[in-house]
Amino acid sequence: MLDYGAREGPAPKETMTGCETIGIELNGERRELTRTSVAGLVAQLGLRPEVVAVEVNQTLVPRAERERRELASGDKVEVVTLVGGG
Amino acid sequence: MSATTDIATPPWLADEPLLIGAHVFTSRLLVGTGKYRDNEETRAALEISGTQCVTVAVRRVNLDGKGPSLLDAIDRSRYVILPNTAGCYDAQSAVRTAQLARDVLETNLVKLEVLGDPKTLLPDPVGTLEATKELVKQGFDVLVYTSDDPRLGVRLEELGAVAVMPAGSPIGSGQGILNPNAIRILLELVRVPVIVDAGVGTASDVAIAMELGAAGVLLNTGIASAREPLRMAAAMRDACSAGRQAFLAGRIPRKLYANASSPADGLIHAAGRPDPA
Repeated sequence: MLDYGAREGPAPKETMTGCETIGIELNGERRELTRTSVAGLVAQLGLRPEVVAVEVNQTLVPRAERERRELASGDKVEVVTLVGGG
Repeated sequence: MSATTDIATPPWLADEPLLIGAHVFTSRLLVGTGKYRDNEETRAALEISGTQCVTVAVRRVNLDGKGPSLLDAIDRSRYVILPNTAGCYDAQSAVRTAQLARDVLETNLVKLEVLGDPKTLLPDPVGTLEATKELVKQGFDVLVYTSDDPRLGVRLEELGAVAVMPAGSPIGSGQGILNPNAIRILLELVRVPVIVDAGVGTASDVAIAMELGAAGVLLNTGIASAREPLRMAAAMRDACSAGRQAFLAGRIPRKLYANASSPADGLIHAAGRPDPA
C-alpha cells in the first residue's frame, strides 16, 4: 500500500562503531539517524515520552510498544503532542 | 466533582450532574484551550470559567524549540481532558488522531470533528458518521461535533455517540445560535446529552443554548479572543448557570398582549381606565 522502499535517500551503511544509519521521514521531513527504536527516537529528540504519541506508517505505536518497535529506512514517523484547541 | 459550590447550593437551586461516559460534571460549560496568550492565561481562564472538562488538539511536536507542554497547565485531577480531532477532513485522519490522543492521555474520550473545508469548518456529515461508527467500535466515548440537523443527530446517537454536539453557528464565528428551532427539535429527538458546540460569541449565546435545554455548551474563541478573556470566562460561567436555572425553572410562554403584574382592582382612580380600543 505504501511504498516504503521507493524513497530516495542514503542506503543503510555501517559506521565505524558498527551502528547502522537509517533515513526516515519525521513529521514530514527527511532525517537520518542511527538505527533505533521508537522509544530511542523520542529520547534522541529530547522529548518527554509521556506528552507525545507516535505513529509509524500511519499506524499508532502504543506507548507500551515503543521499546520493541525498531525503525527502518523509509519509515514515515509522526510524533505528536497536545496543544491548545477547541 | 467540584466540591465547594455544591455545599453552598440550596435545594431550590439543585441540579443533576451532566453525565458523559464514565464522567460526572457539575459544571455544564466545556472550554477549549486554544488561542490564549500563554499557558498562564489558559490556566486562569479555565479556573475562572468553572469548567471541569477542557478540550485540546493533537499536533506534530515542535522538533526545534521545546517549550512547556500544555499538559503542565492543565491539572488533570481537576479537569477531564477531551482531545479533539480538529483539522481532520476525512474519517481516517480523525480516527488516527483519536488513537494518538488516547495514547497520550489514556482516555477513551474524543471530541470528533470531521470537517468539510477549512473556510467554513462545517462538519462533513458522511465522514462524521463513518468516523463515529469506527471510533465506537474501537471503544471510544465519542462526543460528536455535528450540524444542527436533528435527523443527523439521531443517526449519530444510534451509532453510539455518548454526546451529540451541534454547532450553534460556524466554529469561531461568534454568530451565536442561528437556528434555535433546529436545536429544540434535536433536543426532543436525541436522548444522550446535547452540547451546543461552536459559534458562541458572548454570554447571552450561552444562556440561550442552556435555556433551550442543552445539556451543556462548549466554547473556546468566545473567551480566548475576548478583549478581556478572564472577565469573559466569568461571564460565560454565569450565563451557563443562569441559562440552566432558567430552563429548569420553566419560562413563561410568549404572549402578544401585556399582562399586568400589579392588581387591576383597587386603583384610586378606577374611573380613569381608557376604553378598550
